[in-house]
Amino acid sequence: MTAREPIQPAEGCASSTPGGGSRREFLGTAVAAVATTLTGCGKLSHEEFLQHNFRELSKDEVRDVIARLEREYKEKYGREVKVANTAPLPGVIFGYALDLSRCIGCRRCVHACVKENNQSRSPEVQWIRVLELEKEEGVNLQHADQYYDPAEVPREGHFYMPVQCQQCKKPPCVKVCPVGATWREKDGITVVDYNWCIGCRYCMAACPYGARHFNWGEPNLPPDQVNPDTHYLGNRPRPKGVVEKCTFCIQRTRKGLYPACVEICPTGSRKFGNLLDKTSEIRYILENKRVFKLKEELNTQPNFFYFYGV
Amino acid sequence: MKELVVRRLSPPARTAGLLVILGLAALANPPAPPSTPPPTPPSATAQEGIQVPKPPFSEGIFPCSSCHDGKSMKVNLQRRELTGMHGDIILNHGPESRWCLDCHDPANRDRLRLASGERIGFDTSYQLCGQCHGDKFRDWRVGVHGKRTGSWNGAKQYLLCVHCHNPHSPRFQALKPMPPPTRPEQIQSRKGGAL
Repeated sequence: MTAREPIQPAEGCASSTPGGGSRREFLGTAVAAVATTLTGCGKLSHEEFLQHNFRELSKDEVRDVIARLEREYKEKYGREVKVANTAPLPGVIFGYALDLSRCIGCRRCVHACVKENNQSRSPEVQWIRVLELEKEEGVNLQHADQYYDPAEVPREGHFYMPVQCQQCKKPPCVKVCPVGATWREKDGITVVDYNWCIGCRYCMAACPYGARHFNWGEPNLPPDQVNPDTHYLGNRPRPKGVVEKCTFCIQRTRKGLYPACVEICPTGSRKFGNLLDKTSEIRYILENKRVFKLKEELNTQPNFFYFYGV
Repeated sequence: MKELVVRRLSPPARTAGLLVILGLAALANPPAPPSTPPPTPPSATAQEGIQVPKPPFSEGIFPCSSCHDGKSMKVNLQRRELTGMHGDIILNHGPESRWCLDCHDPANRDRLRLASGERIGFDTSYQLCGQCHGDKFRDWRVGVHGKRTGSWNGAKQYLLCVHCHNPHSPRFQALKPMPPPTRPEQIQSRKGGAL
């Protein structure tokens, strides 16, 4: 063991001396080493390891975290990726309605979602699953097929039911999370702090809609396909081994835009708006159309409604 | 003498016309500057505030009066098979009871004609469709039928009926679905267990 020179008090604890080190530096290195051991991938910086849950961060800390993420994304993808932190709009609770009598099962929504939300491309992580159901059976999930691939849709005798996160008022996924990495925001969007998620997948087991997805590998996202317009709680590129889900395109809808799936839908089956706005189309649907909630008996109370437009 | 023909709104082949909405700006000029006011807030569902994109005319076909000027071609109200022009239009929209000039104004082919005799522009063709499809029209006005783009809490743009439905053959056309998700058994694991 080599002898160390005494630390000069005048230099303060933040600076280091040759052959020695400040307490802070030592701790940083030690923590990084622990982080490397724990995660096994050696890619976690000690700032990231020490980061608190997003909900606990002060404004300054949020700023630092976002700056760090933007720096890391730039290094990784070679381009500017903006990470927004847009807060919920006051007086807004988002609601979604989907017209089952018009959806033709073309999956344009699925792929627009993948593109918008920076999902892994290979294998593709899809947040929306479109179920093909038999008209004779009605909404009977035992007869649902999500892998249908005919030359043309809609197929005779079938109807289609896209399923994605239902943004429940009583989300079972939030209830079971052992670390508080997922919660429901004031505008009704259930979000995940990917930096805080430990990948236990309890939430996936708890979700009755299969709306949560685990990325087993480093998201395979080619730099030229990155959507640089991201939100911390939404579509920012995810680390490996976390759970991800539909957030009603939080990065878009909190700016007043429609979710990507609504924008792309060629039949106009998808409707989106503010449940608290009496004049919104979503409220019109709830008041005038035949509406049902998927698995209503479970009392998850979704803010996602299926309706028959005719 | 040339045969009387009726200009079409969109080619029957444009089954996926609903997907080329964004390309409409490149199409023909509108007959007149739209008289509709600027976009209104989402809550305003008044019909007068409806902002629509240009109708999906085939390129170079509008104004119809460049051929149908009332001089070189006489108006022929006779129901018949179109052979000279517009032969590609398949009238599959109540063909037993309907004819071109039920919707297209015989006197001014650049306009459409309501049952009342009132003439309207192609940019308000939803009024014409709404004469028979009142329930759909009502839903369309409040944003439930059809597609709206823009912002959920701000200015919205509606699509005209004819952006999604071929007016001469309105049934929604089938589409090729995009690829299905990968089946779990088809996902190939890589070394290290990660994908």
